[in-house]
Amino acid sequence: MKLPFERVVAQHGATVLRVCRVLLGPHDAEDAWSEAFLAALRAYPDLPETANVQAWLVTIAHRKAIDVLRAAKRGPLPVEEVPDSATGLGTPDAGDPDLWAAVRHLPDKQRQAVAYHYVAGLTHAEIAGILGGTADAARRAAADGIKNLRKSYPGAHAKGAPR
Amino acid sequence: MNDDLTTLLSAPVDTGTLDRLHRRLEREADTAGLVDVAYTTVDSPLGALLLAATAKGLVRVAYASEDHDQVLETLGRKLSPRILRAPRRLDDTARELDEYFAKRRTTFDLALDLSLSHGFRQLVQTHLPEIGYGQTRTYRQVAELVGNPKAVRAVGTACATNPLPVVIPCHRVLRADGTVGGYIGGLAAKTALLKLEAAA
Repeated sequence: MKLPFERVVAQHGATVLRVCRVLLGPHDAEDAWSEAFLAALRAYPDLPETANVQAWLVTIAHRKAIDVLRAAKRGPLPVEEVPDSATGLGTPDAGDPDLWAAVRHLPDKQRQAVAYHYVAGLTHAEIAGILGGTADAARRAAADGIKNLRKSYPGAHAKGAPR
Repeated sequence: MNDDLTTLLSAPVDTGTLDRLHRRLEREADTAGLVDVAYTTVDSPLGALLLAATAKGLVRVAYASEDHDQVLETLGRKLSPRILRAPRRLDDTARELDEYFAKRRTTFDLALDLSLSHGFRQLVQTHLPEIGYGQTRTYRQVAELVGNPKAVRAVGTACATNPLPVVIPCHRVLRADGTVGGYIGGLAAKTALLKLEAAA
């Protein structure tokens, strides 16, 4: 049976925001989240009852995140030139700006695979369905992404220590 | 180490952020005409009430005893799964109910959507507001009112399946022997409403 859409938001809202945060950083994540849930609400009546709702939402968020990135690139400032000090302003749960900076420097496929596997918990086959390519390629992208992050973000080792 | 990093990537999301995003979704979805059913819950002397409205008007008032999750699932099946907690559409309803429970209001001035009822039941429910505040009728009298004096039992069913209790005053319909009769919100709720109106 298809649940009221409010239950979909309640069950998956936080996860989709975490995914968007990895894809875009804490600030732009909110735009992608909003676009994604609006599009999901629009399409919801046509979603087959047997569908994996979370994978469906992540697929929509994936497309919306690409839109947000494209719009940002058309803007006056390339993403790479955003000043370090601006990260996380006004977002209480923004976490460590260094982490998001490290994530931002990953190749797109790796960043996406990390978000969909380690944050959303999708299978490599489901990720291949979103990114194209094979499940093996998705597995490699996720593993390479985490490996690269561990190299570029030393903070992962200092977790729990006062900063 | 791997675990540390993935934990950081999945760090909890601030509930304030999610609340803010929900309000933005309510606004944008409403503007786009995508909220087929908006709902909220309000406190009342009879416990939490679920209020739900379509674009046409108030479509459902439900007591906590009906199980609000269940009621929403039924609305999803019968009307549309595009259901969102979006209190703004229910502002007028909430205000009028407040006034009613505070004995400052005797009739409701709200757009109603009776699409959950059909045929004779809907006909009966349409006529129930003609029973004034503080008055009561028997099931038989209501049957006569709608021009079908033999349909006493069907009137009972129409009252029992009233999708808009309190607002459509099925609580003002009693048994011929003077006992209260059944009520969707339970006997205590029906008695409390009758007492409220009698004491006004």
